[in-house]
Amino acid sequence: MKDNTVILSGRGVTKVFGFGANKTVAVDHVDFTFRKGEIISIVGESGSGKTTLAKMLLGLVSPTEGEIYFDGELRDIRTHKKKREYWKNIQAIFQDPFSSYNIFRKVDAVLLDCIRMRGGGNLPYDEKLEMMKRACSFVNLKFEELTNKYPFELSGGQQQRLMIARIFLLSPKILLADEPTSMIDACSRATILDMLMGLRNDIGMTPIFITHDIGLAYYVSDTVYIMEHGRFVESGTADQVILNPKEAYTRRLLSDVPKLHEEWDLSTV
Amino acid sequence: MKHLLRQTFRSGKFLVGFVIFMTILLTVLIYPLFVKDPPLGIISRGTFLAPGIYVNVYDSMNSSPRYTLILEGAASRRVAGKLGDDDRQAMQEWLVAKGVPEDSIDIADTAGLIALWESNFDPSLRLPGMTNADRNYYIRLTASLEGLLATEDAVVAAANPETGALEEIGVITQTDYVNVGEVPNSRLFVLGTDNFGRDVLTELVSATGVSLIIGFVAGIVATTIGLILGLVSGYIGGLVDDIIVFITNLFTVIPTFVLLILISFSIGQEQRGAFTIAVVIGVTSWVWTTRAVRAQVVSLRNRDHVNLSKLSGHSVAYILAMDILPYIASYVVMALILQISSAILAEAGLSILGLGPRTTEVPTLGLMMRWGLIYQAHVLNYWWAIFPVILVIALITFSLNLMNTGLDQVFNPALRE
Amino acid sequence: MSKVILEVNELTTNYVTRFREKIYAVDHVSLKVEEGKSVGIAGESGCGKSTLALSLMGYYFAPLHYSSGEIIVDGRNISGMDPDDVRKTILGREISYIPQAAMNALNPTQRVINFIEDVIQAHYPKTTKKEIYELARERFELLGLPAEVLRKYPVELSGGMKQRTVIATSVILSPKVLIADEPSSALDVTSQKMVIKMIMDLMNKGIIKALIFITHELPLLYNVTDDIMVMYAGQIVERGTAEQMVFDPIHPYTRALMGSIIVPEAGLRDVKLAAIPGTPPNLKNPPSGCRFADRCKFVKPECRAISVGLRDAGEGRAYRCIIPEEDLRKAYQSEG
Ligand SMILES: Nc1ncnc2c1ncn2[C@@H]1O[C@H](COP(=O)(O)OP(=O)(O)OP(=O)(O)O)[C@@H](O)[C@H]1O
Ligand SMILES: Nc1ncnc2c1ncn2[C@@H]1O[C@H](COP(=O)(O)OP(=O)(O)OP(=O)(O)O)[C@@H](O)[C@H]1O
Ligand SMILES: [Mg+2]
Ligand SMILES: [Mg+2]
Repeated sequence: MKDNTVILSGRGVTKVFGFGANKTVAVDHVDFTFRKGEIISIVGESGSGKTTLAKMLLGLVSPTEGEIYFDGELRDIRTHKKKREYWKNIQAIFQDPFSSYNIFRKVDAVLLDCIRMRGGGNLPYDEKLEMMKRACSFVNLKFEELTNKYPFELSGGQQQRLMIARIFLLSPKILLADEPTSMIDACSRATILDMLMGLRNDIGMTPIFITHDIGLAYYVSDTVYIMEHGRFVESGTADQVILNPKEAYTRRLLSDVPKLHEEWDLSTV
Repeated sequence: MKHLLRQTFRSGKFLVGFVIFMTILLTVLIYPLFVKDPPLGIISRGTFLAPGIYVNVYDSMNSSPRYTLILEGAASRRVAGKLGDDDRQAMQEWLVAKGVPEDSIDIADTAGLIALWESNFDPSLRLPGMTNADRNYYIRLTASLEGLLATEDAVVAAANPETGALEEIGVITQTDYVNVGEVPNSRLFVLGTDNFGRDVLTELVSATGVSLIIGFVAGIVATTIGLILGLVSGYIGGLVDDIIVFITNLFTVIPTFVLLILISFSIGQEQRGAFTIAVVIGVTSWVWTTRAVRAQVVSLRNRDHVNLSKLSGHSVAYILAMDILPYIASYVVMALILQISSAILAEAGLSILGLGPRTTEVPTLGLMMRWGLIYQAHVLNYWWAIFPVILVIALITFSLNLMNTGLDQVFNPALRE
Repeated sequence: MSKVILEVNELTTNYVTRFREKIYAVDHVSLKVEEGKSVGIAGESGCGKSTLALSLMGYYFAPLHYSSGEIIVDGRNISGMDPDDVRKTILGREISYIPQAAMNALNPTQRVINFIEDVIQAHYPKTTKKEIYELARERFELLGLPAEVLRKYPVELSGGMKQRTVIATSVILSPKVLIADEPSSALDVTSQKMVIKMIMDLMNKGIIKALIFITHELPLLYNVTDDIMVMYAGQIVERGTAEQMVFDPIHPYTRALMGSIIVPEAGLRDVKLAAIPGTPPNLKNPPSGCRFADRCKFVKPECRAISVGLRDAGEGRAYRCIIPEEDLRKAYQSEG
């Protein structure tokens, strides 16, 4: 599973939105090295630039400054064709499942798109159906319950799980999961996290979790990056960062999480 | 979709607008099935005939059966029809001015009044303060009084083709009636005739149809241009966006109507058909659609469902058509409705200025207004030649705008209640 | 025993899909909330939590339909009321509801104060803008929100601030019950804490009398609410105090749920989280027996045959299983 080849890395990656008085430095000169098969978490509070970084890694937003290297080479996604190739390798689950769907298309279309992307566009329908069913059962959904429905007819959690089923069909090399389980119950969350981690073992996928849930980061990841105001302030193995945080920011994040065996002090906000 | 439609028709505003518009549209479609006259056919010799039923006099004497009806007050109505209250008043004034004592005149007593008049009236007499027009009026009045109180039958005579002498062919008594339905030739002018002697109603219906077509063509041209430019500029961004926004801004600061006038003028009278005018109006009015569409697209292009579509390897055209267009479809429909209504008004404006379609081919609402105004129908009280036109224009734009606000309420729930 | 603010008896509601099929998303649910108490609702996604929230308020707009049961708010039976009347007289005044993802549904072209004006004038059309502003300012300050927020547009507010604004706005008329559907799951931990503190303040300062809190974040539920109800496939499977439910669950599903809690405490990475294989039943035609049977480790043949009601386990606890409490506990013990 984890070997030492670097799959994705960046040097001085920066994104600035707007200019003049409206200038926002969303991501500020971050360096990172993600290895193949390593589970990474990027943790930070709202507005710290996690999603912006993810969109840059995906090639949906172009960095203002800095380079991103994919598979050892400088990433080149200047043409539509190269982008398509790149997106076969890197996929995402977006933060807000409610806005991730085109409400005018039935949810089956989302899965069919994935099959087509993997080159299965010409398969007989039965085979496609089989693939869709398998993908759904992978995320504990029943395909029969979803087929022919519009996205707004599913609950938030169902929508989010369908997004994960998409990843199962696409099996990319890198997955950027932006709050992938924010609307899923604890039990299914455990199941899904186990499954995403399983995908790492089966197909060598490198999952990158973007979350503000430190518990989740601690549970899943090998390496944790803590992000504050567009910068990585602390990084290291999960045990190092979460059990022995060095930065006050990390300690605050930790203390704000409701826990079972410790008092949750509401007066500190 | 079905749900949305149902909601649309539950909106009171939309429904009222829709009913008005449909009534107009259906009239335009159905009327020609019953009245087959050419809309521009000149059918009256005189101009501005008032609305009413016109019965052929020759036929009503000759070929239709005659009936005798004894109706109460028929004679006095006949007299009143020729000698109205105004006329009696005028006669009294004349008589008083001449020196006839006022208390000896009873204007309600027709026979007495006429007798008094005949014994006193002198057309050559010039009374102080009397204009030439007044004098002519009194002379005309006097002529019309002739035989007013006659009770004898009227004799109809025709020239004998051989001898050339007049021979009696029939008698019409004062109690003779014909059934209008049995007169072979009669014509209903619901809205009279216009300055050329055309039937205003037939012309109006046909003009409404042409104006609606102009509106639709112009609206579709404008919306298509606006939609394509807006989509491209909003989604692709960058230099393309800058150029399109620049052009759009340029068009925004030039008053469109002035541009419209210049283009129409330069095309020249001969080339200006209704269709050309429609296209010209469409080509000059896409600006607002472009702006609205672009703003919508800009807010949509960074949405996650668009990102997801990109990640699924879809092309730009596919994303525009499937992931963006459905989201703005409601705005586009609304913009189209507004464009249609403003195009109809623009055509009217152009035509009033004499820059509308060639006049000889088709009537349009604008052209009808133009002729009504040139012949001063509004000043001379020929209301039928101009107010129905204004009413139809108002109704069309009103109903379209009403539908638009109705749709707006359905599509933007925040405006509801 | 203090006054019951909200009582729901055997409430059943269903969705009618485009294909005219009925989905019973809330099936014979009963609950009671006393004055000053808060109840948490947890359960798998799609089990009907949000639907229950809508149903509780009598907010039945297509495709959701009422089918049976009663809802009593502070002694007043609102079941069977016309949904438009509910919107006019109940919503916001008796019960307030913060829908899932409410903060993203704010109209971006309206200032916060306009939004509040809409809410108040829907109920009291005569109030002037000035009175509303004063009222809103007072309320916002009481809840620790700066009054400047009132003049801002939603986009100018951060996520946490937006959510707190939404909450403060929806309780502006001091409703008796507040139903919060996942109010903090889209927020980071710090904003979440602020939102929770505000909801606690609402209770402590007497602005609301009872709270129904829907979330799947069990540690949060444990810290916030007095009682917890766990739903599965449209039914309540277990209810009890937060303490009992988290540390001493009876029903196998509750146990699995509690066994999959993730908190950043040492040792978490060594625990195997309790994941349940399989999927919940289709609510279109749920099985006649126990709905959890297909995924239950302790399933017996009779589970699929008899449908079980809620069994009382004393002290207001109840669970839905044909296996008696002691046997379940024994089974858990032997599992370790
Ligand atoms: N398209 C944009 N234009 C302008 N500013 C933006 C844009 N997208 C993000 N930002 C700004 O960049 C900063 C980082 O935003 P980002 O969405 O990356 O944060 P995040 O860490 O993902 O937060 P959250 O946990 O709330 O999702 C924020 O201050 C945000 O306002
Ligand atoms: N508009 C609808 N039409 C038909 N079925 C619906 C509709 N909305 C929800 N459902 C179905 O009703 C069930 C309950 O949905 P609900 O939204 O109440 O779940 P939930 O418990 O709130 O889930 P989550 O935690 O994911 O929000 C689901 O199976 C869902 O598919
Ligand atoms: Mg984000
Ligand atoms: Mg829900």
